[in-house]
Amino acid sequence: MILDGRCPPGSLSEKWERHRHEMKLVSPVNKRKYRIIVVGTGLAGASAAATLGELGYTVEAICYQDSARRAHSIAAQGGINAAKNYPNDGDSVFRLFHDTIKGGDFRSREANVYRLAEVSGCIIDQCVAQGVPFARDYAGYLVNRSFGGAQVSRTFYARGQTGQQLLLGAYSALSRQVKEGTVTLRPRTEMLDLVVVDGEAKGITVRDLVTGEIRSVGGDAVCLCTGGYMNVFYLSTNSMGGNVTAAYRAYKKGAFLRTRAYTQIHPTCIPVTGEHQSKLTLMSESLRNDGRVWVPRIRGDRRLPREIPEEERDYYLERKYPSFGNLAPRDISSRAAKEVCDEGHGVGPGGRGVYLDFADAIARLGEGTIRERYGNLFEMYERITAENAYERPMRIYPAPHYAMGGLWVDYNLQSTIPGLFVLGEANFSDHGANRLGASALMQGLADGYFIIPYTIADYLARIKPGKVVRGHPEFLKSVEECKAFVGRLLSIKGKRTVNEFHRELGSVMWENVGMIRSRESLAGALKQISELRAEFWKNVRVPGGEEELNQELEKAGRVADFIEFAELMIRDALHRNESCGGHFRVEYQTAEGEAKRDDENFCYVAAWEYKGPEAEPELHTEPLLFENVQLAVRSYK
Amino acid sequence: MNLTLFVWRQKGPGAQGGLEEYQAKDISPDMSFLEMLDVVNEDLIKDGKNPIAFDHDCREGICGMCSQVVNGVPHGPRERTTICQLHMRHFRDGDALYIEPWRARAFPVIKDLIVDRTSLDRIIQSGGYMSVHTGGVPDANAVLIPKHDADTAMDAAECIGCGACVAACPNGSAMLFAAAKVAHLAQLPQGRAEAAQRVCVMTEAMLKEGFGNCSNHYECQAVCPKGIKVKFIAKLNREFLKAELRSCGTPEAGTPSRD
Ligand SMILES: Cc1cc2nc3c(=O)[nH]c(=O)nc-3n(C[C@H](O)[C@H](O)[C@H](O)COP(=O)(O)OP(=O)(O)OC[C@H]3O[C@@H](n4cnc5c(N)ncnc54)[C@H](O)[C@@H]3O)c2cc1C
Ligand code: FES
Repeated sequence: MILDGRCPPGSLSEKWERHRHEMKLVSPVNKRKYRIIVVGTGLAGASAAATLGELGYTVEAICYQDSARRAHSIAAQGGINAAKNYPNDGDSVFRLFHDTIKGGDFRSREANVYRLAEVSGCIIDQCVAQGVPFARDYAGYLVNRSFGGAQVSRTFYARGQTGQQLLLGAYSALSRQVKEGTVTLRPRTEMLDLVVVDGEAKGITVRDLVTGEIRSVGGDAVCLCTGGYMNVFYLSTNSMGGNVTAAYRAYKKGAFLRTRAYTQIHPTCIPVTGEHQSKLTLMSESLRNDGRVWVPRIRGDRRLPREIPEEERDYYLERKYPSFGNLAPRDISSRAAKEVCDEGHGVGPGGRGVYLDFADAIARLGEGTIRERYGNLFEMYERITAENAYERPMRIYPAPHYAMGGLWVDYNLQSTIPGLFVLGEANFSDHGANRLGASALMQGLADGYFIIPYTIADYLARIKPGKVVRGHPEFLKSVEECKAFVGRLLSIKGKRTVNEFHRELGSVMWENVGMIRSRESLAGALKQISELRAEFWKNVRVPGGEEELNQELEKAGRVADFIEFAELMIRDALHRNESCGGHFRVEYQTAEGEAKRDDENFCYVAAWEYKGPEAEPELHTEPLLFENVQLAVRSYK
Repeated sequence: MNLTLFVWRQKGPGAQGGLEEYQAKDISPDMSFLEMLDVVNEDLIKDGKNPIAFDHDCREGICGMCSQVVNGVPHGPRERTTICQLHMRHFRDGDALYIEPWRARAFPVIKDLIVDRTSLDRIIQSGGYMSVHTGGVPDANAVLIPKHDADTAMDAAECIGCGACVAACPNGSAMLFAAAKVAHLAQLPQGRAEAAQRVCVMTEAMLKEGFGNCSNHYECQAVCPKGIKVKFIAKLNREFLKAELRSCGTPEAGTPSRD
């Protein structure tokens, strides 16, 4: 089937304006009668729930943490993009749009990305009005920094805690609606299933993580804002509870999942120290504004970094990509790091690391300035490694970070199931095959504050509120299925712990489906994963019971979904016979080792449809048309 | 290294809890404290026992979910460090560690080391925000904010809402938590309009939730993983006095404006 993104007609800059005018509205007196379920309270979920509440809808917002304020958006460090052009350095809506399309290696939808760039400025205005303390200069104006893949400074930041401040802003708007009585919060609650009645999303099934009760939540529409799935690699920069469960179960209920092979491996993370490692910590990309990346020229050089003279260092990013240098996009920087380490130039344990050096910046700007810009990151680095990065360069290595794939959505952010909307990292819409830094925060808030409030009305206005009630057989069936699933996990009583399975899954994925993939590695991984799945269901040990707080049970459900999901991810990577952005296939590269796209055959969005437990999923495509940018070889040289 | 742990185990909210002894063996100094507990838990599971339940999510010191008292100190011995960021290199082979949940009237234990902190959310819900609708706001540079004010607001806004301040306070007071929010918003020109009302409703909510009064012990500042300063409590008190002069106690003042 050829999918239609339902982008409005007209020139790029008219589309959203015109579409807003053409969409249906729900009258103020009727809004309250519609119940909207928002799953997730990260930037996307919190901003959506708060805004929908303000508009007068009845909203129920759920998250698995103990408070809405703890969604993983809180961990974002570096900043948020907006085409404000405050520095007067040549930025514009069109340039942000163009950078994002190009950064995504021409695999995203023009209309969506343009709209994102258009509303980006409003996001900053909104956040300032909420009290987000962005960095300012002495005159009191906002200041900007640069991020990878851009030659202008358009990134707004709040020290190294931009995500925290933006999320607290959205959380405060959400809290205000709780007080107003429009939003009900359900923390420590996990979505286990989507309930579809007559082809439309009418609710979800959840487990209360404190009591273990599995129950239905009914509504007129569902917004999934459940974040990314990078924990499929076990070790990632995501939060420990990050999962694909909500999205995957929606997929099993008929929502198409889009090109999951696009995974972002972030170039600057603290390297792994051992088996015990439970997660990886990001060192914000903003550090590359002032840090220079290098490795020793001599293989296996064991000297201290300061003892290695300038001419024996290889500043490989500056050498290979002179015009972007240390700010080359993530996919490119990560692969370059892997390459130099594979060649034996890596530093630190196992030779899996490269230096990120601030000596020049400190000499130029003084330690005080560097401390002001990145103090908390340097502290975090020291806590983890016991090394002082003001005195010796940081050691960094790429790590799984961001999911460009997700549930397929149209221009209205609606999935293939009417009434199911997907926002933030959980959807696929704006970043193509590679996301530029500081664009995820922008997208999450754009979706939640400025897009869904309009587009969801267009759906709701066409349906009667409260048409389906919780006692409907589909709800009961879903509850029974979820109970059976949980019961099955508890009944296996095998020998291996959930973590052991997760770690094994992660290592297969990292080795074979990570930064560099080949037909053989993918085929091999597919086989290993299907064996792992079989073993999981025979040999996993989940202690405790169903009707209690049971963290192992929570993890087991998530890992079970990750294992199935991994198979899909590999199938997608196998089918895409080209390299682009975060998907690099060794078979498809230029003579210089850069990604080689195949626009003739793969300039489309791949969306997969679930066909049953043992059947292969079916591929659907949405062709990508580029009318305003020229498809070009992405060059950062 | 090897350590002996005494961990608070409690089956459920009303249940009787107690300390139980466990051995943490072959612990690497590079592990984080929670990774050390992961190892203990894996052993427990293999032994057919129930693992220790504890809250955590980001494991990078920013979400505020982790919450353990180690040898009497919330978040353990390192200054400005959450328990998830505390590494085992700060302990010695053979150490005995007492690990307990946050203890405060307003934080009932749910299980083992997990407590219910929704009372903190309710303080914010009472009025810890600016009443601004989405859309229709001025350009971000329309109101200038001197760097010093923006920086001070940020110092306060860094609070991660973990509740260590409450756990450390002999009175179980949430003063530092509330003060950080009051100070953050009152420091900004956008937050002045509601400042008086905000400080009143938040203080009231604090008392209603069963948090104690502040009697200047300053334990809160000592354990705060983000280094939030007690000077913000002074700021809250100033704001409160100002508000009282403007008749904070009147019934209308208790309800934030509906716009
Ligand atoms: C360390 C780090 C640093 C980053 N830095 C930047 C940056 O500087 N700039 C930038 O633009 N981007 C950055 N990103 C990316 C960006 O932070 C995320 O993509 C974005 O915040 C995701 O927001 P979200 O609202 O989609 O999801 P999240 O914030 O991840 O929220 C997910 C929500 O869904 C809930 N949830 C998930 N599953 C379930 C379930 N099954 N049931 C119930 N609830 C569920 C969770 O409880 C949570 O509330 C960073 C990411 C990381 C990990
Ligand atoms: S787990 Fe997030 S702060 Fe410790």
